[in-house]
Amino acid sequence: MIAREVEDRYGFGTNTVNREEYLLKGNSSCPGCTAMLAIRHILKAAGPDTFVLVSACCAVVCEGISPNTCMALPTLDTAFACTAAMASGVRAAVRERGINVIAIAGDGGTVDIGVQALSGAIERNTDFLYVCYDNEAYGNTGMQRSGSTPFGASTTTTPFGKKEDKKDIAAIISAHNIPYMATACPSYPMDLQRKVKRALSIEGPKFLHVLTPCPPGWRISTEKAIEIGKLAVGSCSFFLYETENRSFSMSKPSLDAMKNPIPVKDYLRVQGRFSRMSEEDIEITQRKVDANIAYYREAFGL
Amino acid sequence: MMTTQTELEKDRGLFVTGCEAAARAVLVAKPSVIAAYPITPQTEIVEKLSRFIGEERHDCQYIAVESEHSALAACIGASSCGARTFTATSSHGLLYMAEMVHWAAIGRLPIVMANANRALGSGWNIWADHLDSLSMRDSGWLQFYTSTVQEVYDTILIAFRAAENEDVMLPAMVCLDGFLLTHINQPLHLIDEKRYQEEFLDEIRIPHALNFDAPHTLGTLVVPTDNYKIQHNRKVSMDLVKDVIKDAEAEFLRLFGREYHPVMEYRTDNAEVLIVAMGTLAKEAEDAIDMLRFRGVKAGLLQLRQFRPFPDEIVDIISGSKAEKVVIIDRDYSGGCGGIIAQEIKARLYDAGVMREIVNVIAGLGGQDITAEDITKMVEIEGGEFWWGI
Repeated sequence: MIAREVEDRYGFGTNTVNREEYLLKGNSSCPGCTAMLAIRHILKAAGPDTFVLVSACCAVVCEGISPNTCMALPTLDTAFACTAAMASGVRAAVRERGINVIAIAGDGGTVDIGVQALSGAIERNTDFLYVCYDNEAYGNTGMQRSGSTPFGASTTTTPFGKKEDKKDIAAIISAHNIPYMATACPSYPMDLQRKVKRALSIEGPKFLHVLTPCPPGWRISTEKAIEIGKLAVGSCSFFLYETENRSFSMSKPSLDAMKNPIPVKDYLRVQGRFSRMSEEDIEITQRKVDANIAYYREAFGL
Repeated sequence: MMTTQTELEKDRGLFVTGCEAAARAVLVAKPSVIAAYPITPQTEIVEKLSRFIGEERHDCQYIAVESEHSALAACIGASSCGARTFTATSSHGLLYMAEMVHWAAIGRLPIVMANANRALGSGWNIWADHLDSLSMRDSGWLQFYTSTVQEVYDTILIAFRAAENEDVMLPAMVCLDGFLLTHINQPLHLIDEKRYQEEFLDEIRIPHALNFDAPHTLGTLVVPTDNYKIQHNRKVSMDLVKDVIKDAEAEFLRLFGREYHPVMEYRTDNAEVLIVAMGTLAKEAEDAIDMLRFRGVKAGLLQLRQFRPFPDEIVDIISGSKAEKVVIIDRDYSGGCGGIIAQEIKARLYDAGVMREIVNVIAGLGGQDITAEDITKMVEIEGGEFWWGI
């Protein structure tokens, strides 16, 4: 309990990091890839008794070329649309309670093509953790817009900026009355690891939405990837929270950010993908963020 | 209340639908995971199975998925962890899971599926047609086509053994004609379950299944040279499985007394005209042969029970017979290219240098009613492609 308090207060744990590596060095991710960083933390938190499924996404390419793999855990690569359904199958074959099943997919594989299978698996109460790492576009195919691409972001299929808002996957998942769901960002690794552990301690479906800044896709320099994640949280463009059995809890970094949020402009203007946004577009985005902050303040008395 | 198996055996048989026969066969093979989605006319198979499982007659996880794509995906997930799996589908369901159909075969997962053959839309039609499963013929699944309720039951039992053979490791599809077999009651003789489990079907062992002892990744990127090897390995297994199936059929005969071959011959002795048919049309054709023989026409029947791998012996049978004319009935049509069975047989006859007059009758599409009397008239058609009833 003390450790939990320390974690909550300072955003890091005490002696709680698993020193084993389950995502090995030498994988083929781009420099500064925070998606693979997030997966590294997630697997460390999950430990060795874990079956992993990886959807068609950047991560599957990063595993390397057959027969090599950077995954030190039994791993099943899946087709694009069916990651959660395959996870239901894995769980049906591997019923021991002490064994984790973690399905990993990108934002396209989650909020677009995979949303039906995900909805089905949650509705069936599949005992697994579904991780959506969100780089806000189809990264593996060269940054086309996805349902998770935010307003104003230029992608190869929205060359003049996306006109629609990011799909609210959290609201979709939440509507399934899922026992546990959380958001995270590898810029806050201990928060991420704690949430994975918490999720895996609960039986039934769990969902983790992880914002993973993508240097080539977001057009940021590689050494800025962690910082951009912090700006996303600091500007309240992305909230860190968790919901357990419908009980909502805003995480410390976002609680702090809500008190004195960084202007959204500071988050957007450092990324090349938002370079086409007008001052007016940025104003619109700021107003949406302000409305989100007001919503959380009111709804949860923060 | 369900009657117990022993009581049923005392009765020396049941009178059930093709769907129930399929479900009962699956129950004997004891898969540990079944995932399926309802579609007419397959639904009764999974209804029966979920009831059997609900009654705890069998320890199995039944996954009621939200689509056919997910049904086969769930089977693939379970099979990748070493489980024996089963699913059933039909028509649009099969095509909706098409991506996974290929995935299962390339991934060398011995999943067994029952497919209720049904026509494709647009223009909803729920009746028998072979184009659904035949359009999956290149996917690398073993494909069997059945003509009676008993054959549905027996073929599923044989399919598990063929698919799970370590040299094979390929998924198997057992097809039964929609309504003509799925919903028709016929006598069914059950086999001795214990004998099947002890002497016919070994414990499943998938060598490449995921495990903690030697963690590996299934499905990582494959470069062209390796992809080529993988596909060639699959070809080798497809060649090997021909004997594996024959061996399984011989063993099935020895243990359970019913005889099956990839091509079943009916009154082919001294035949001057041969009819080739698949599925329930073959059973109807048996009556047609009897009628023709009675009328003095020396006709014989070749029932194509196995479509993948394609049984080479059909060429030997045709070339070894006196028949100058071969009437091939296709309950399918490949747009712009004729009946699929006819194409395949003609290609093999050409390879073997065997020339016969081939009549390709396209008949029974979308549930078109084809009677034995109709089939007797097909032998009078001159060579080429002929659309019955147009």
